[in-house]
Amino acid sequence: MYRSHVLVCGGTGCTSSGSQQIIEALESELKQSGLENEVKVVKTGCFGLCALGPIMIVYPEGCFYSEVKTTDIPEIVNEHLLKGRIVKRLLYQETVAEDSADVKSLNETQFYAKQHRVALRNCGVINPENIDEYIGVDGYQALGKVLTEMTPQQVIDTVLASGLRGRGGAGFPTGRKWSFAAANEAPQKYVCCNADEGDPGAFMDRSVLEGDPHVVIEAMAIAGYAIGASQGYIYVRAEYPIAVHRLQVAINQAREYGLLGKNIFDSGFDFDLDIRLGAGAFVCGEETALMTSIEGHRGEPRPRPPFPAVKGLFESPTILNNVETYANVPQIILKGAEWFASMGTEKSKGTKVFALGGKIKNTGLVEVPMGTPLREIIEDIGGGIPNGKKFKAAQTGGPSGGCIPASLIDTPIDYDNLLEIGSMMGSGGLIVMDEDTCMVDIAKFFLEFTVDESCGKCTPCRVGTKRLYEMLDKITRGTATMEDLDKMEELCYYIKNNSLCGLGQTAPNPVLSTLRYFRDEYEAHIIEKRCPAGVCKHLMQITILEDKCKGCTLCARTCPVGAIEGSVKNPHKINQDKCIKCGACMEKCKFGAIIKK
Amino acid sequence: MKSLEELKAIRDRMKSSVTLREEQGDNIRVVVGMATCGIAAGARPVLSAFTEEVAKRSLQNVTVTQTGCIGICQYEPVVEVYEADGKKTTYIKMTADKVAKVVTDHLVNGNVVKEYTIGNL
Repeated sequence: MYRSHVLVCGGTGCTSSGSQQIIEALESELKQSGLENEVKVVKTGCFGLCALGPIMIVYPEGCFYSEVKTTDIPEIVNEHLLKGRIVKRLLYQETVAEDSADVKSLNETQFYAKQHRVALRNCGVINPENIDEYIGVDGYQALGKVLTEMTPQQVIDTVLASGLRGRGGAGFPTGRKWSFAAANEAPQKYVCCNADEGDPGAFMDRSVLEGDPHVVIEAMAIAGYAIGASQGYIYVRAEYPIAVHRLQVAINQAREYGLLGKNIFDSGFDFDLDIRLGAGAFVCGEETALMTSIEGHRGEPRPRPPFPAVKGLFESPTILNNVETYANVPQIILKGAEWFASMGTEKSKGTKVFALGGKIKNTGLVEVPMGTPLREIIEDIGGGIPNGKKFKAAQTGGPSGGCIPASLIDTPIDYDNLLEIGSMMGSGGLIVMDEDTCMVDIAKFFLEFTVDESCGKCTPCRVGTKRLYEMLDKITRGTATMEDLDKMEELCYYIKNNSLCGLGQTAPNPVLSTLRYFRDEYEAHIIEKRCPAGVCKHLMQITILEDKCKGCTLCARTCPVGAIEGSVKNPHKINQDKCIKCGACMEKCKFGAIIKK
Repeated sequence: MKSLEELKAIRDRMKSSVTLREEQGDNIRVVVGMATCGIAAGARPVLSAFTEEVAKRSLQNVTVTQTGCIGICQYEPVVEVYEADGKKTTYIKMTADKVAKVVTDHLVNGNVVKEYTIGNL
C-alpha cells in the first residue's frame, strides 16, 4: 500500500519537455531514500496545462508542481515526500495564495475551476498503460452493463436520448448513425474510430488516446454490440507514436482480460479491435477516404450516398465515430442519458474539449460544457492574451472553420451558434489571435494547407483551392484589384457547392469568414496597399528614423543580407531593394530608431 | 475474465488506490511529523503502520500524510488527527504498535485514545 502517489504527465507536450527523465530521476531518488515502497510514481496522460510542463501532482495533498526540472527532484523527494514540507517555489503560482500559508487545490485554480471533465475525466488521473487503474475508476462497467442487462436497441435509444452529437466536427447525432447501421442486415458489420486528427493546432483526440485509451476500446465494443459488429478498426495517425503505443498496450491488456475477443462476459458477444496507421493525409479524416485507406487503397473520398451505414468498409454497413465521441459513451451508459442531456444547450448536449493555442497564456487542453461563452474560455480558463495585447479573433474548426471576431466574444459556443456566425465547431482546435495577426495572412495560411492536402480527385477542390490561394497571395502582395475580391468571393461559393467531399466543401470557409468580419483589412491591402497588422512583407517597409539613429552600427552588423548602409556616428539607411523585412535590426536597436510601417 | 463479478473484484481492489487521487472533502487527516526530529525518533514505521492499517480496513475517508516539525521535538514521533469538524487531537511518542489502537478506537469509532495524547502528560 502506497501512502502517496506522484503523478507525472506522460502526454506528448510534457514528454517533449522532459517528463520521462523526471520519472527516472524520481524513481532513483526514491530508491535512495528508501521510499520506493511508500511512494508510487504514476505516468499519466495529459493534464491539459501543457504550457507549464513538465507537470507533476503529489497526492494526497494534491500539490501541483509545474515546470519541474530533474535538478528539482532531490528537493521534492527530501522535503516533500520524506518530510512533508511542500516545495512552494515549484508550485504552480496560482495555487499559492499570496496572503496565507495555504496551498490551493488544483481544482480551485482558474484554469480548472470552470472546466467540466467528461471525456477527459481520466486523463491525468490514471496510468493509461495499466488496465487495473482504468477498472478502478469504473472502467468496463458500462460494457458489462450493456452486455448483461441491455438489448442493442436499448443502447441505441440511450445514446439517442442523451443527445450526443459527433465530436469530429459536423455534429451528426451519434444515436441516429448507430440506428441506421443497426437497421441494415449484413453478415459482417464494422465499427471504426476516426483518430486521424489533422487540423493544425488540434490535439484533443491525441490526449484522450494517450491518457485514457481504454475508454475508446470500451466504447467501440459497446457500439459493436449496438449495431451487431464483431470487428473494429481504429484509424490513427502514425505521427502520434505515444498514442499508437498506448492503444496497442491497452488492446493487448483488454484481450488478456477477455474484454475483447470471443464471448465477452459469457454473453455470446464477440468483438475485436485492430489499429490501422494513417500516413498523415488530411483528407483521410473524411469518412469515405478513411475507409478506403483502411481497405488498403489510396485515401480518396467517394460520393455519398451510399452512406457508410449502408455500404462502408469492405462494402459492409459501418459506423465511424470520432475519439472524443466514443470517450463520452461509457459515461452515458453508466450515468444515464438524462445526466448527459442535463449539460449543454438545447441542441448541443454535454461538453466539448478544446485545444487552446495561439496568443494565449495557458496553452493546453480544456473541456467545458456546451454553451460556455468564448470569453470565459479565453479570459478565465485561458488566462487572457499575453503581453497586454488586445484580442482580435479566435479561429475554430481549423482549415474547415472560420474566425470569431472580438465583437462576438460572448457567443455561447455550440454547434448551431458557430455555424450561424460562419464558423464551425470542427474537432475543437481553438486558435487565439491578437492585434498583431493579419486576417488575410491567416486565410492564406489555411488555404496553403488545403492546397497541399487536397487529394486531387475532383476539380473544384484541386484547381479551385489553388486559384483561391493565388488570389490571396496577390492581395498580400498589394497587386490585387477590387474586382479580384469579387471574383474571389464567387470562386469560394463555387468550390463550396461543387466539391466532392467535406475537405473541398469547407476549404473556402477561412476566406469567407474573414471576408465577412474583416473586409476592411482586405480592402486596406487592395486599395491602400497597406497591411494594418504589419504582417504582410510586401506591404511594409522597415525604415530608420534619422533623428533617433545614433550611428552605433549594431543594426548594420545584425542585418543578414547587408541591406543597411552608413558610417559610424552617422544615421544609417536601409536599402529597400535588399531588405527581406526580417525585423532582426528592430530587435537589436537600443534607441527605438527603426520602425515598421 | 468471464463474469461481471470478476470485473467488480478488480474495481474494488483498485478503488482504494485510485481514490487517493481525488479531492477529498469531509475527511479525517492523519498527519505524522516527519522532520529530522520525527524521523530520528522513529516516525517512519509509524507512518507506514498508519498507511497499512488504513488500507487494511479500506477507510476511504482517511488520508495519511506527513508534515514538518511542530516544535515539540522531545515528544516525537508526534501524530495529529484532524477531523472534518476541525477537531484536532495530538498523539505523542507514537510507535508502530500503538497505531492499530488509534485506528480502531479513534478513526473508526470516534473515541480518542486519551492515554496516548499530549494531554495525558
